[in-house]
Amino acid sequence: MTTTTPPLAPETEPEPPAKPSGGKPRRGVSTIIVRIALLVMVLVWTIPTIGLLVTSGREPEVVSNSGWWSVLSSPLDFTQWTAQNYEEVFTARGMGNAFLNSLVVTIPATVIPILVAAFAAYAFTFMKFPGRDVFFIVLVGLLVVPLQVAFIPLLQIFGEIGIVGTFPAVWLAHAAFGMPLAVYLLRNYMEGLPGEVIESAKVDGASHFVTFWRLIIPMSTPALAAYAIFQFLWVWNDLLVALIFLGPGDNEVVTVNLSTLVGTLGSDWHLLTAAAFITMIVPMIVFLSLQRYFVRGLTAGSVKG
Amino acid sequence: MLKAINALLAILAGVGGGFALYLILNWLVERLPGRWEDRIKPYIFIGPAIVFVTIFLVYPALRTAYLSFFDDDGEEFVGLANYVELLAESSFLNALFNNLLWLIVVPAGVVVAGLIVAVLADQLSTRGENTVKSFIFLPMAISFVGASTIWRFVYAFEPEGRAQIGLLNAVWTFFGGDPVAWIQSDSFRLNSFLLMVIMIWLQTGFAMVLLSAAIKNVPTETVEAARIDGASEVQTFFQVVVPQIWSTVITVFVTVLILTLKIFDIIYVMTGGRFNTDVIGNRFITELINFGRDGRASAIVVMLLIAVIPVMIYQVRQFRQMEATR
Repeated sequence: MTTTTPPLAPETEPEPPAKPSGGKPRRGVSTIIVRIALLVMVLVWTIPTIGLLVTSGREPEVVSNSGWWSVLSSPLDFTQWTAQNYEEVFTARGMGNAFLNSLVVTIPATVIPILVAAFAAYAFTFMKFPGRDVFFIVLVGLLVVPLQVAFIPLLQIFGEIGIVGTFPAVWLAHAAFGMPLAVYLLRNYMEGLPGEVIESAKVDGASHFVTFWRLIIPMSTPALAAYAIFQFLWVWNDLLVALIFLGPGDNEVVTVNLSTLVGTLGSDWHLLTAAAFITMIVPMIVFLSLQRYFVRGLTAGSVKG
Repeated sequence: MLKAINALLAILAGVGGGFALYLILNWLVERLPGRWEDRIKPYIFIGPAIVFVTIFLVYPALRTAYLSFFDDDGEEFVGLANYVELLAESSFLNALFNNLLWLIVVPAGVVVAGLIVAVLADQLSTRGENTVKSFIFLPMAISFVGASTIWRFVYAFEPEGRAQIGLLNAVWTFFGGDPVAWIQSDSFRLNSFLLMVIMIWLQTGFAMVLLSAAIKNVPTETVEAARIDGASEVQTFFQVVVPQIWSTVITVFVTVLILTLKIFDIIYVMTGGRFNTDVIGNRFITELINFGRDGRASAIVVMLLIAVIPVMIYQVRQFRQMEATR
């Protein structure tokens, strides 16, 4: 994940992906200029990635002797295409192993903070207790603290209990680093849930645990999904934390593997492009299939003045 | 295969362990007599979150500040020596200067690019608008490392006489230029600016989504009224629309600003800080991993932290205001 996130609040209706059509201002000549400008931007935003994808499937010697765009003249010449690059990167260059490691790192590092933060958010929203506001203000302040502040002492702590370079070290680190945002987003969302529902549950004698589990969690699905996507993308795409706490080697994740390959393979572009594409597949799929939640999470709340 | 099974077990252990913790805690509290249950329960609910943040964020931050006054083994108190030493090194000052450039160029670039797409795409049909936006948005799923590889390929350089396989050099030589080793050209910090392009490319989608939503929230009557009063499109935009989306502009700007302050991955992958492109985020890693100089690395982080404090205060104040209006 490449962004920190603005507040999420449930009161604002999320921007729907499709708006009611019609009623848009259209002004003759300028539409052509608008279209050209947008076309140029779309090209700049897509062509580099397309170049990467095309190159990853080309034979090594054609890659180093001609630009990837030369396939446009003869895309059906199948002698230039190969899956060899992927095979080599996946096996000989350790990307297959790194891919598994990335899954092992990312799934718990996404689920654990959601679980922990959901409980905390519930308490911050629906329970009264001394110190509540102070704790929450501290969390808000921590939203912008650079993660680097924690690295040196954490390395010492993890070193003492002997988990540097193991998965639990990154799970704990990521869970903690994602915690302020998770609590903040979920609490803001829960704040907007109808209070009567919770009251009536109480009257019916439901315990906090039951109210939380049966009522609040299902009602908070949009916020939970939005945060899950943020955290998943962020952890999968993270280089810094993985580099410090797992490092290169047997437990390395895809970003660490790719950054090492960039250093060692230099200009073996047929391999680098394939490796890069492997690191991108999972976040792309997650992103494209769950984009709706993601956009909702981004837009809700921060839109209002 | 064994690896995959281990992976599955590790995932189950990590996730299951989390669940088990709460079930046990809750079970324990429900054994308590009624009033105590109500008193203790909130802390059971927030407890783990607070423990996480305290152990892995708050305590380490304080400890880092403490370590920044010690030598690299953390044994001898050296006062401000780490800071003084760093601030006297030209390479560190250079990194600071680059960071400053990043902070000036990237957030502004992201806001402007995002605003352009948001405003222009608003003129298209709904389908056209959504198509354009998803293309601009897609890089948000790509990691800094992945994006750096993508752009490293765009900036690739081959000596004159060989086929240029990097897109930028291909275009450049097509228009008659000599091939340039872009990543190494540090005159006028050209290479740093080319690295900033990567960050802008990645973050524009984020800005676009927020700004576009804000623009659609601007009441049409205000825009119509301005047009009827004879304001040009440009005047309408800057004098009617922009003031109404200003708070969103600030949100986007601050978010990208914080991200840029800590920028590390792009420089690490593209140059490793060479060719005059170093920034403090990368310098921190160099000091910590390559040289094992904890004292100096701590001092660098503290400088980062100090730079963030105004944003932190702003953030807390914003939050208080928001709470007050609830």
